[in-house]
Amino acid sequence: MRIDTGDTAWLLISTALVMLMTPGLALFYGGMVRRKNVLGTIMQSFIALGVITIQWVLFGYSLAFGPDVHHLIGDLSWVGLNGVGLTPNPDYAPTVPHQAFMAFQMMFAVITPALITGAFAERFKFSTYIVFLFVWSTIVYAPLAHWVWGVGGWMRNLGALDFAGGLVVHISSGLAALAAAFIIGKRRGYGHEHMPPHNLTMTVLGAALLWFGWFGFNGGSAVASGALATSAFLATHIAAASAAFSWTLTEWKLRGKPTMLGTASGCVAGLVAITPASGYVGPMAALIIGLGAGVVCYYGISLKNKLGYDDSLDTVGVHGVGGIFGALATGIFASKAINAAGADGLIFGNASLLGAQALSVLVAVVYSFTVTWIILKVLDKTMGLRIGDEDEQEGLDLSQHGETGYTM
Amino acid sequence: MKRVEAIIRPHKIDDVREALLEIGIKGMTISEVKGFGRQKGHTEVYRGAEYRVDFLPKIKLELVVADSQIDTVVSAIIKSAKTGDVGDGKIFILPVDDAIRVRTDEAGEGAL
Repeated sequence: MRIDTGDTAWLLISTALVMLMTPGLALFYGGMVRRKNVLGTIMQSFIALGVITIQWVLFGYSLAFGPDVHHLIGDLSWVGLNGVGLTPNPDYAPTVPHQAFMAFQMMFAVITPALITGAFAERFKFSTYIVFLFVWSTIVYAPLAHWVWGVGGWMRNLGALDFAGGLVVHISSGLAALAAAFIIGKRRGYGHEHMPPHNLTMTVLGAALLWFGWFGFNGGSAVASGALATSAFLATHIAAASAAFSWTLTEWKLRGKPTMLGTASGCVAGLVAITPASGYVGPMAALIIGLGAGVVCYYGISLKNKLGYDDSLDTVGVHGVGGIFGALATGIFASKAINAAGADGLIFGNASLLGAQALSVLVAVVYSFTVTWIILKVLDKTMGLRIGDEDEQEGLDLSQHGETGYTM
Repeated sequence: MKRVEAIIRPHKIDDVREALLEIGIKGMTISEVKGFGRQKGHTEVYRGAEYRVDFLPKIKLELVVADSQIDTVVSAIIKSAKTGDVGDGKIFILPVDDAIRVRTDEAGEGAL
């Protein structure tokens, strides 16, 4: 197999782009919390780069992408990146060094658990969080990644499409967030104390970095440079832009004013929704998916008020709801004219894809919710999930890390 | 001597400072404060969550002046800080026992 330098260059750049999304997410979330929690919140995302990178090179990659065991998980033959070298792996990326593909996937594994932190912002114990990261990535993320993307994975065999991780990244983190919000409970004073975002300029900067990084997330998922990467790149941008606009209009109509936080949230919702579809749909489908995502996720974030949980930074409403919407939209709008390796969706006369999408969504929803629930229950009994009341009043920054974000 | 404590609209501080300099005032202290009077607060909405903001930002201006200056100072503040709408602020006048300049130990009005 011959290494293609163009493909390799694009995949390495994409890897760096996706890496930048995690600090981007840190700023996105960091601006939305109260100032006493800014560093603790940023830290929860940033430390994922440390913890998950180690987990991934030690055994995470092997579990997710290693040789298949019963269509459920990879085996341990790639532990410590044994055999994951500079020769391409023909199954995953035949024109780039295997290590480039591994590194690209590593950045996805890093950001996914960090997304969950939005649900339990401002109250989670840091020591328990480190263990949670490690365990969740191992028994929720790795199997899901294997089912969907691994050679032999059962969802892949079923024909379900997930170009860049709508299921593996967004539905999994969104439903884990739902379980977490229920188990951890509300923030002290939630509902009667004021908890407005402390620095929305930081949040907007974070959203912009997410948008920028997402070109690598989706465009890089072509694992080659060229036509498919371009198509995914364009679909990504169109969906982000149209969701930013449709969220803004929805909020304007229903709340009287268009907010910057709404516009920033809208672009993220569009990026989430286009993720599974990005390599299978054309520009007009991306426009429709984006416009839909801005409206659907706007309503998605109000679920918490109806159901009574404190998903503090709306991981469920944006990533869970947006991920499900995107996965189903893929079943409707996918086209073999865009990507011959994909399938035709409902509007091209193939209803079976939508069925496969719905089944894969259902399984991912149930799996992530249930297993996250169990992990958190066990951690609650053993290490404790929440910081104490006094620590919560003082804030994560001082109580967990002994520092403050602002000295002026 | 009297202490003048004025609560004014934040965007009026430059006008007030200039008006006071014009009538010969040589120093003042200001701070950013929050509070409410008859002016209503406002509502902020973050992703559908409404927050009622009752305490509005104001500037508190403090200066100590000679008894003879008090009327000109008060009218200068009123003239420069007024918009005519609710929320223009208030002026309080308090007696001052003494004033001392730290550098020279001067006391009384000479220290102002």
